[in-house]
Amino acid sequence: MYDVIIVGAGPAGLTSAIYAVRAMKKVLVLEKLNYGGQIINTLNIENYPASPNVSGFDFATKLYNQAKDLGAIVKFENVIQIKNGNIKSVITSKNTYEAKSIILATGSQNRKLGLENEDNFSSKGVSYCATCDGAFYKGKDVAVVGGGNTALEDALYLADIAKNVYLIHRRDEFRGDAATFNNLKSKDNVKFIYNSNVTKLIGDDKLEAIEITNNDGNKENILVSGLFVAVGRIPLNDSFNELIKLDSAGYIKACEDCHTNIPGIFVAGDIRSKDVRQLVTAVSDGAVAATSAIKFINEK
Amino acid sequence: MEIVNVNKENFKEEVINSQIPVLADFNADWCGPCRMLRPVLDELASEHNDFKIVSINVDDEDELAREYFVSSIPCLVLFKNGEEVNRSVGLKPKDEIESMLGGN
Ligand SMILES: Cc1cc2nc3c(=O)[nH]c(=O)nc-3n(C[C@H](O)[C@H](O)[C@H](O)COP(=O)(O)OP(=O)(O)OC[C@H]3O[C@@H](n4cnc5c(N)ncnc54)[C@H](O)[C@@H]3O)c2cc1C
Repeated sequence: MYDVIIVGAGPAGLTSAIYAVRAMKKVLVLEKLNYGGQIINTLNIENYPASPNVSGFDFATKLYNQAKDLGAIVKFENVIQIKNGNIKSVITSKNTYEAKSIILATGSQNRKLGLENEDNFSSKGVSYCATCDGAFYKGKDVAVVGGGNTALEDALYLADIAKNVYLIHRRDEFRGDAATFNNLKSKDNVKFIYNSNVTKLIGDDKLEAIEITNNDGNKENILVSGLFVAVGRIPLNDSFNELIKLDSAGYIKACEDCHTNIPGIFVAGDIRSKDVRQLVTAVSDGAVAATSAIKFINEK
Repeated sequence: MEIVNVNKENFKEEVINSQIPVLADFNADWCGPCRMLRPVLDELASEHNDFKIVSINVDDEDELAREYFVSSIPCLVLFKNGEEVNRSVGLKPKDEIESMLGGN
């Protein structure tokens, strides 16, 4: 039996592990993929206080080693179900574990467009991370689809690498940051396509063109070697979406105190309903959720 | 078997002409998920003799990356008798890579 089981070894989960083991609790972290979460995709973290220019990989590795060295147990298993009770159980694809409290820190993943052959083109022209894959498109034509900050930042990043960048958005106005948008407008090789959706991916061995359909139903093919999808993220809530109260977008309804609707189950990081999904907010949730879990155990 | 670094010069010998299946790991130094994947591949390589794993740095070997249409990394391409038979993109847990190898 563990005092705290943490689901997800991203920045939020690993930080809560640090706080819980330092309070002498027995802690298990369960991770389905690899430690670090989303941040390992970043080459350079520029906005984490007092640590400029650290790579996502280094940040994740330091955090992971810190949690392990302090005594957290980390196992690589996919959590498929959470059960409530006086003692809570966490069911993975391999085992069942019991705990006095649980912290959910499962984060989010990229939303796909949902096109029929989308998966066939992954690594063959369709990408979900401009900073990761942009370098493959030097001097080529690419498109970015999306309307938020990520789409704008991706387009700006790609404008310096690719020949032409088509920015496709289903509405007539961008939601993202005005300064980034103005910056983009000053780039000659960025072309804005409004009121349109990407409706088909075309190509044999690799992506050669995309079909876009505008709100009037008119279709057009654009020749591109790359399509960068930036249409938001989806919460990873499969293992607990029946037990825990979620908001309409599928994130866990919780305030700054990181309590869920179930006593003894807490939430931390991107999976919580919040305005700012960043490292600093993820790790601060981790500290708060662990402290709440410790209090819950001690008062029982 | 240890992971071998492969470039344009030894690609034919190490991959195409290999008697056993080859898992080619397309990667780059700046790619965080690739660095995460490497220890997993090292483990697999030391546990198996029925296939070999090779590492291809896409920055140095952009011709090979282009030839095999690699445009997202990490990208694992499984070769049998010199032909691509399977591919996996992105960071994957060890058992998924194993089943990709076993499934062919
Ligand atoms: C490309 C990119 C660049 C970014 N750059 C920055 C930046 O410069 N600065 C910044 O502050 N933020 C940045 N962010 C955002 C930051 O990475 C996230 O806010 C942060 O990682 C959230 O941490 P988390 O622990 O809540 O979730 P995640 O990082 O998403 O971690 C969740 C973990 O839980 C695991 N998991 C999910 N479901 C299960 C399950 N059922 N069983 C077991 N494990 C599970 C996942 O595999 C994952 O490892 C960036 C994000 C991306 C994608």
